[in-house]
Amino acid sequence: MKRYFPWLVLILAVAWIAADWRAPQVQQDSFDIAKFGKTPVLVGGRVKPLDTVARNALLIIHSKQQLRLEDGVQLTAMEWLTDTMLNASVADEYPLFAVQNGDVLGLFGWEQSDRKYFSFSELSPFLQKIEEQGEESEKLEPAQRSAYQNAILNLRNGLVLYVRLKNSVQPEDARNFASELQALENSLPVAGKATRQRQTEENFDKAKLGDVAGKIQHYEKLSAMAYILAVPLGGPAEEWHSIGDSLSRSIESEEIHPVVKDYALIGDAYRARNWSAFNQHTNELETWFAKEKPAATKRSSFEFLFNRFQPFSQSMALYVLGFLLACGSWLGWSRILNRSAFYVLVLAFAVHTFGLVSRMYLQERPPVTNLYSSAIFIGWGAVIVSLILERIYRDGIGAACAGAIGFVTLIIAHHLAGSGDTLEMLQAVLDTNIWLATHVVAITIGYSAMFLAGMLAIIYIVRGVFTRSLTRSVADSMARMTYGVICFATLFSFVGTVLGGIWADQSWGRFWGWDPKENGAVLIVLWCAIILHARWGGFIRQRGLMIMAIFGNVVTSFSWFGVNMLGVGLHSYGFMQKEFPWLVGFIISQLALMAAASMPLGRWRSFHDAAVSSGAKRSQIAAWLSPSQTAVQ
Amino acid sequence: MWHRFVDLLTSLKLTIICLAAAMVLIFAGTLAQVHLGSHEAQQRYFQSFFVWWPPDSRRLGIPVFPGGHLIGAVLLVNLVAAHARRFRWAWRKLGIHLTHAGLIIILAGGLFTDLFAIESHMQLGVGDTKNYSEDARRMELAVIDTTDNSSDQVTAIPDNILRQSRAIDHWSLPFRIVVRSFYQNSRLRILSETGKGAQIVVQSAPRATGIDEHDVTSAAIEIIPKHSGTSLGTWLVSDGLDAPQTFSCDGHNWMIALRPMRYYKPYSVTLQKFTHERYAGTEIPKNFSSRVTLTDPERIVNRDVLIYMNHPLRYRGETFYQAGFQKDDQATILQVVHNPSFIAPYAACVIVAVGLLVQFGYHLVGFSRKRRTALA
Repeated sequence: MKRYFPWLVLILAVAWIAADWRAPQVQQDSFDIAKFGKTPVLVGGRVKPLDTVARNALLIIHSKQQLRLEDGVQLTAMEWLTDTMLNASVADEYPLFAVQNGDVLGLFGWEQSDRKYFSFSELSPFLQKIEEQGEESEKLEPAQRSAYQNAILNLRNGLVLYVRLKNSVQPEDARNFASELQALENSLPVAGKATRQRQTEENFDKAKLGDVAGKIQHYEKLSAMAYILAVPLGGPAEEWHSIGDSLSRSIESEEIHPVVKDYALIGDAYRARNWSAFNQHTNELETWFAKEKPAATKRSSFEFLFNRFQPFSQSMALYVLGFLLACGSWLGWSRILNRSAFYVLVLAFAVHTFGLVSRMYLQERPPVTNLYSSAIFIGWGAVIVSLILERIYRDGIGAACAGAIGFVTLIIAHHLAGSGDTLEMLQAVLDTNIWLATHVVAITIGYSAMFLAGMLAIIYIVRGVFTRSLTRSVADSMARMTYGVICFATLFSFVGTVLGGIWADQSWGRFWGWDPKENGAVLIVLWCAIILHARWGGFIRQRGLMIMAIFGNVVTSFSWFGVNMLGVGLHSYGFMQKEFPWLVGFIISQLALMAAASMPLGRWRSFHDAAVSSGAKRSQIAAWLSPSQTAVQ
Repeated sequence: MWHRFVDLLTSLKLTIICLAAAMVLIFAGTLAQVHLGSHEAQQRYFQSFFVWWPPDSRRLGIPVFPGGHLIGAVLLVNLVAAHARRFRWAWRKLGIHLTHAGLIIILAGGLFTDLFAIESHMQLGVGDTKNYSEDARRMELAVIDTTDNSSDQVTAIPDNILRQSRAIDHWSLPFRIVVRSFYQNSRLRILSETGKGAQIVVQSAPRATGIDEHDVTSAAIEIIPKHSGTSLGTWLVSDGLDAPQTFSCDGHNWMIALRPMRYYKPYSVTLQKFTHERYAGTEIPKNFSSRVTLTDPERIVNRDVLIYMNHPLRYRGETFYQAGFQKDDQATILQVVHNPSFIAPYAACVIVAVGLLVQFGYHLVGFSRKRRTALA
């Protein structure tokens, strides 16, 4: 039985993942919202499925990926977006906008209560006020805004986004939009003729043109509001128009774009609760895109699947399981738990890799393009090195590191995703795959290795100080691992930093500019150099190495996040403020661990007990901790 | 004594102390950028031998920490001395030697760059031609003899001379220039427009720190002809004033202006077109590019060049890169950098990377061989 335990764990984990990956059954008599969510649109400069737009918009407005109604019904992001775009009067009643700030509530004359979310209808009497106040706040630098100003600005931006979504594929007050468009299309030839006549100054039918022109003006207003560009132009051009824009151009082309008509029919069917018509027209829309825009369709449906699988959430859970199994292996049942941990972590790593590669495919970019993806990649790099260490030493330490770092970095990534699309388009200066693939990747691997070394040191300290499990052989092999990982970190940090300098020289004509992000990178290199020289010079032994490796976490976190919080410099595409307390907390925790490690060795549980049981004297303990000559020189 | 000095100079402890000091300096210098701005912080922390307290350069201060140049120089000496003393050729030391040789190149190159690199910028509207670039940080008082219609003779007085001296005497000028007051940064305001009080008011302002801000330097100067000694009057010259001011002296016509320091070039650049692309439906910039014509009569060059993100123009030792643009996309700003030692980091990066790979690879091979024998 025991022999098969690891395999059993693996099979259960695979089954759990597979359950999520299976396509959900579409019920016969209902709207096929999922299929509608696959429709490609252009938002934020990138072609993506409506489903992504829905998730990001709900995340921005509501800070969640789902919407819970007052009667307890859960709406998926796509269900919410469908209501918003096609049946606005219903969506207006949803408790969508979070208002918690007392001053903001006071602006509306409301008292603070348990209610957190308010609907558009409730807020609509105050739109003017919100707009004015929000505009005032926007003039200030982010760092100077008060809590109230931040809250009102967020609310303003959320409302603007919501109103734009409502007017994205049809006017929010549309009723029989399809027949309205049909009437427009019928009058287009006459109006088109009148336009040409006007240009050549012949007599033209003023009444006919005036009628159509009124409608067209209405659509032009609509196009100014639209958030989503839903209508691709035919041919190879990568140009997209909003529905309103496309309609206002229809007077020239004398026809209405089929995608516009499809959206109108879908909207009418949805409002009429006619699910079969809705599904039929959604199918037609899908067929049109598959034929006219095959590449965009393929990418969008893949992104739709990617959204549903949520590979990073799955691997996060698996990393936790792997970490617990690895820690358990130090307490008993070592080999079996150890092996189980390894299998689970390899699975977690595979899912993590799938997510990473999918993002690269969707964005057509190297893996790291923003802070979010740097977190994903740092985790990935640290996990792969940890798994290699585990393969070599088979003592659960590499596995524990893989689990812990994988989980923590993915949690960080999850919290960095709050601002919306994590596959956003890149600022002009970053638009270069060569440097993203070399400089950024090398630097990020350097971060990974630094965090891994720090994690190994933490395990060493925790096991040594608080448990009896740090035997001499474990301590020696951990020291070798830490040392090796620091060497690895030195290599990548150095090469990455210098490549960054070369990129800067290529594009800005100067190699080094003392920019905060550059300084952060060089701090890591310097710290690695200090550790290595201190070790070669014999100034530190095992414990010193571990303490310095933990301080490496502090240096690396400063370089990764700290410099972005300063708000100065050229690497401005990753600025952030709110996370400052987290960084401080992390640094304090690392300093506390360093302090714990600085306790006299006799107080360490591992050495105290070992010293008592073997009658060893303190000098012998110290000898253990000296760098063993045979191991690394 | 000498031995102890050499021991100290070549010691590993000194290396570690220097590296640690460099970390502290870089950390402090990075934080200082928030308040001082990147240029000022760089000058004070990195491009200096000491960090002074109080930071005001005009008063006497005490050095509180070694500056970038001092740490870099000591590290360089330490590296070179240690290797000169202990150098013994062995294959297994190849990685270490390569790494440190590369570091020597980087440090020396960095020092060289600090001393000899010049950064300036060139702002061009569509159709403009310029044969000079301007230094955003340094000003000059240009005194121009415009008597000759075919060419002007320019005497440029750098701002640090204006700041330090009260009277300026130059052989090319028939008059002395007396600096009545000098403002490194100032605001010009017009309080009233008519009557006796109609004049510009100059207010002193703290040094500009933001990336996009720069000092508006102003000065009041008096012109005193050398032969008569009677003052022609006092002029306000300022970066904030548009048109140059004129006067005549000794039968010559003169123009004076306080303007960004110019670096003249033996060639000229004309902006043909500036493009600012955005991603569809967003305000995110996708690309900036400037199409310019490069004209060099000396080398008979006349060609069109496209300068865009990550693709600068390199010509006659200078690099022109796309740095910014003016409102409405009507003008481009090109950064112009002259850096004679730009090749050093390229070479050093390769050498150090190979060195580290060899060194760590050597360890890794040794480690796995030992492990295999241990397991066997």
